[in-house]
Amino acid sequence: MKKEEVPQDKGNLSKSNMKELVYAIDEKGDYTTALSSGWEPKSIALSNSIAEINERIETALCQVKAGQASPILYFMELNKMDTQILASYVGIWKWRVKRHYRPNVFKRLTDKILQKYADTFGIPLTKLKNFNAD
Amino acid sequence: METNFTHHQSAHCENGVASNLLKHSGINISEPMVFGIGSGLFFVYLPFVKVNHAPAISYRPLPGQIFNKLAKRLGLKIKRQKFSSIANANKALDENLKNNIPSGLQVGVYNLTYFPDEYRFHFNAHNLVVYGKTDTDYLISDPVMENVTTLTHEELNKVRFAKGAFAPRGQIYYPIQIPKTIDLKSAIVKGIKNTCRDMLAPVPIVGVRGIRFVAKQIRKWPKKHGTKIANHYLAQLVRMQEEIGTGGGGFRFIYAAFLQEASGILENDQLRELSLKMTVIGDLWRDFAVNASRVYKNRSTQEDVYNTLADELAAIADKEEIFFKKLRNVIKVY
Repeated sequence: MKKEEVPQDKGNLSKSNMKELVYAIDEKGDYTTALSSGWEPKSIALSNSIAEINERIETALCQVKAGQASPILYFMELNKMDTQILASYVGIWKWRVKRHYRPNVFKRLTDKILQKYADTFGIPLTKLKNFNAD
Repeated sequence: METNFTHHQSAHCENGVASNLLKHSGINISEPMVFGIGSGLFFVYLPFVKVNHAPAISYRPLPGQIFNKLAKRLGLKIKRQKFSSIANANKALDENLKNNIPSGLQVGVYNLTYFPDEYRFHFNAHNLVVYGKTDTDYLISDPVMENVTTLTHEELNKVRFAKGAFAPRGQIYYPIQIPKTIDLKSAIVKGIKNTCRDMLAPVPIVGVRGIRFVAKQIRKWPKKHGTKIANHYLAQLVRMQEEIGTGGGGFRFIYAAFLQEASGILENDQLRELSLKMTVIGDLWRDFAVNASRVYKNRSTQEDVYNTLADELAAIADKEEIFFKKLRNVIKVY
């Protein structure tokens, strides 16, 4: 990549005025560094991933509404987590976390376990217990 | 308290932390040098591990390896510590700052409040330097940022004890022993040999064979998973490739810069020529990213586009195979 080809597209970084450093060659063919404000293929990839996550959140919310899943599933998606990450945050085995996605299992959970989830999601316990999907 | 640490921006976090810490200790070493000697160029495809609901592709070695290899090859010692309790982790860090030792930390990205929201994923192999502390904040030098920044005490605890794959467990590292003279030449040769060995490894999921393997898989994705998931995988591939200085094109350019610097130190013109070839390969990686992004942007449903992309990636693998074989021959004489 030549120095004048360093992409300066408006992207996810430009909003926060963050610039990243890249290596490129100057007119003499020597390597030097330059700042890039963003690159379109990258921002497309990122927005694609974000759309994917939003879709997962939406699906989880619908499942909670329909009584097919517990709020834990929704908050997990909202925090961009998967079962593996959630399990290691709350310190509970994966198969147990998966069980907690079931509404009837969720209803019987003790406050002590629910508190672990609430802390992980950074929400008060009551919000998790009395979650209103609408 | 504040140590007299100077911040330099870098393309990749681990290189940057290593280079900045060593500069602080009096060894003037550039980011490309760190990357080359530490054998940072790598490729591995782990179809059985899922990251963000897509197969894991890594363009870098395990976190910490670049600095470890660099230290070994330059003959310096670095101390690494992990902690099970937050209190002990804080104590060790504060002690270091009191003794005027800026410290490298492995952290999770998700709670780094100074990053834009879109970049905050659960990814635990980020590196930064803490160089001071105030009553409320820690002073942070994050090498991918243009300027220094801060995190509150609580925020730093959160990122140091992020959970999930590669959980940092409060990991702290800093050089403790610097030799009087360093043999840059032999370190460069060792670094290059290591990278050639990695990229030409006779393992189907590593190096150029790994790249070829991914190309083969891309052809199968639309049939096997449907275009929606195939596009998601592709987007994930490009994100791992080009995000904040990691992976494909970005890494190739850092490596080319390293070869150029190395050609001066080893007084070998062939390395300068190879540096140019690496630049061309880096441009190909970027073209690949551009074309892949077109596919998932237009949500193209033709199977043909996946085959074209796969051809492109396979061609890159062939070029890299030739390149690393040549590089191996050039460096053999040392």
